[in-house]
Amino acid sequence: MPRIYLDNNATTPTLPEVLDAMHPYFGEHFGNASSIHHHGQETRAAVERARDSVASLLGCRPAEIVFTSGGTEGDNLAIAGLTNAGDHVITSSIEHHAVLHACKHLEEIGCEVTYVPVDGRGLVDPDDVRRALRSNTKLISIMMANNETGVVQPVEGIGEIAAEADVYFHTDAVQAAGKVPIDVNRIGCDLLSISGHKMHAPQGVGALYVRKGTRLEPLFYGGRHERSRRAGTENVPGIVALGKAAESARQGFERGDDQKIAALRDRLQQGILAQTEEAGVNGDGAPRVPNTSNIYFDHIDGEAMVISLDLKGLAVSTGAACSSGANEPSHVLLAMGLRADRARASIRFSLGKQNTAEDIDIALALVPETVARLRELSPVCGKHAIKA
Amino acid sequence: MPNPQTIAVAMSGGVDSSTVAAMLRAEGHNVIGLTMQLWNQRRLAGHEGMPEQVTGRCCSLDDVYDARRVAEHIGIPYYVVNHEERFERDVVRPFVAEYLSGRTPIPCSLCNNHLKFDQLLVVAQQIGADRVATGHYARVEYDENSGRWLLKRPTDRSKDQTYFLFGLTQEQLSRTLFPLGGMTKPEVRELAHKQGLALAEKPDSQEICFVPGGDYKRFIDAYLAENGEALPDTAGELVTESGEVIGEHGGIHNFTVGQRKGLGVATGSPLYVIQINGADKQVIVGSDEHLYSRTLRARRVNLISVEDLHEPIQVSVKIRHRHEPASAMLEKVGDDDDEVLVTFDQPQRAITPGQAAVFYAGDIVVGGGWIS
Repeated sequence: MPRIYLDNNATTPTLPEVLDAMHPYFGEHFGNASSIHHHGQETRAAVERARDSVASLLGCRPAEIVFTSGGTEGDNLAIAGLTNAGDHVITSSIEHHAVLHACKHLEEIGCEVTYVPVDGRGLVDPDDVRRALRSNTKLISIMMANNETGVVQPVEGIGEIAAEADVYFHTDAVQAAGKVPIDVNRIGCDLLSISGHKMHAPQGVGALYVRKGTRLEPLFYGGRHERSRRAGTENVPGIVALGKAAESARQGFERGDDQKIAALRDRLQQGILAQTEEAGVNGDGAPRVPNTSNIYFDHIDGEAMVISLDLKGLAVSTGAACSSGANEPSHVLLAMGLRADRARASIRFSLGKQNTAEDIDIALALVPETVARLRELSPVCGKHAIKA
Repeated sequence: MPNPQTIAVAMSGGVDSSTVAAMLRAEGHNVIGLTMQLWNQRRLAGHEGMPEQVTGRCCSLDDVYDARRVAEHIGIPYYVVNHEERFERDVVRPFVAEYLSGRTPIPCSLCNNHLKFDQLLVVAQQIGADRVATGHYARVEYDENSGRWLLKRPTDRSKDQTYFLFGLTQEQLSRTLFPLGGMTKPEVRELAHKQGLALAEKPDSQEICFVPGGDYKRFIDAYLAENGEALPDTAGELVTESGEVIGEHGGIHNFTVGQRKGLGVATGSPLYVIQINGADKQVIVGSDEHLYSRTLRARRVNLISVEDLHEPIQVSVKIRHRHEPASAMLEKVGDDDDEVLVTFDQPQRAITPGQAAVFYAGDIVVGGGWIS
């Protein structure tokens, strides 16, 4: 059975060239990047080359990059590192839990948090952010691209508002990095987090852009790594991989990889909608990253759909990756105004650089047929409808 | 293996269902492991009287972990399916409501009827499985003569779970497998060892899965508090059989028929709860002899081995899980088969509304209903 992977917003396969780049740093070049000797110098140089590469992807200076363990750490470092009891923070109702739960924690320690809503397309209105500003507002944290819908937020407009109000602006760009070009100065953000494994580097590495002059309290105490912003011996193979993945991403934009992925995504989306009734795109009408399509199929149970497709070799998801079996309807889709049953009937398809036209053909052969079978067997509308 | 089938196994993370999965896999079937996530065990943690940490229970992370490890060990796909909403609606809410009305509910039967053999069968069918197998100790057989699917008591009588399965319809039985029906528990553990299952010696679960520590009164308090609902005032009088008021009680949900302890009155001879009168909140008490009764009525009857009760039949009837079936006549009340009258040969002690009456003809489950 061929296995087709269309869940790249959960994680991506490490690109062969990225794996090749990191490989020597497990054995051949094993030094601690803080060591004085030759071994340390070798790995220090590799870490700094990677920093240059990530900085070029984001349009910032290398010194403004802090390597982290991933998106969650970057989000937490940005949020917890800037705020104190009594501060006010503005975020949105559709953030990833790495931001939402960090903000919930802030509320527990005496901060105030405003969660701005989104419209039916999943977009934050910058005017809502402006109206939420208070005299004690310290930070705005609004994501660049949503992980479930792929909807790209008006971050530049929010950046202007933050600058006018002299408030820090953090954006979680985990689902944007590698998919759309990023320029921290155009966005006007002070902090921006990215994650390696969402852009074809391995799990366990990420980076946080911290604008020069931003005073950030660290999450960990220890050595003076990363200019005392992130203690702990550097994950050199991971950092090298992130540097290589950033380089690949930049080259990809030059080649037009993003347009190719968008074309595949559009064909998948149109093919599914053409063959399936009572289905539609969540976030339709909003700008989206090129790889993501979140589609509702009324009268199906998304969980059963994911399992059925997996048993046929197609990997997709109902939303955020969650292994514990929690089945709360997606907070993102609910915030967009979807009914709970439609939110539960929504499936996220997310493509990566490795996906081919043939993958899309196979998905198009599987998805409409599976939807039809699930609907036929649905307790809500099928022939086995449960009698009250 | 002449006919490999696609079978979904309901895996709880315990020995029985794990062994079922391993057996069916070894027989060459295409097995899919499913765990139903039904209740968040941490949900009421921290409420008064509720433990902070609950481990080793159905739906706990530990059990999901165990089930996942088994699935990985035997090489089958495994998924957790979440049915917390339905479980709360069809099992937990009625459980609380029954106690508050003075009855003593059996949540396991509700769970079997509404979740394991309804919702799970739907999921199984949707994902392409022909049948669902569980680790229940019971047998299911097709009877050519009557053209009906039969539910029968298992070989290991000490583990007999047919009492909780009386609600299964013909359609449900036709798609259900109970592979442990012919085995004893020690044999199951031995097979688990042979299959290399690390949890072969895991202790059996005994209590109601969502009531930590088995204290249902505290559970009801915590559950209502969590929902922002006040515990309804069901306090009232303690009354003797002859109508004499001998004291007061703090709420009918604290009592069950046959209970002796906790009545809060001192008398010469031991007193038992004879009846709970939900409408006027009275708890009627009396001596042991008043607990015995020869008849009961059961409603919402499900018939399995027979299509209808056109004439009275002799059966043996079980009125609670740990009850030796007692000989009785079974006849319908009214025109349909929804309500029945059971007349025992010998009076039975503590017939309890809310429990099930399950009718047997030898090993065969004739059907069952809810004692009213």
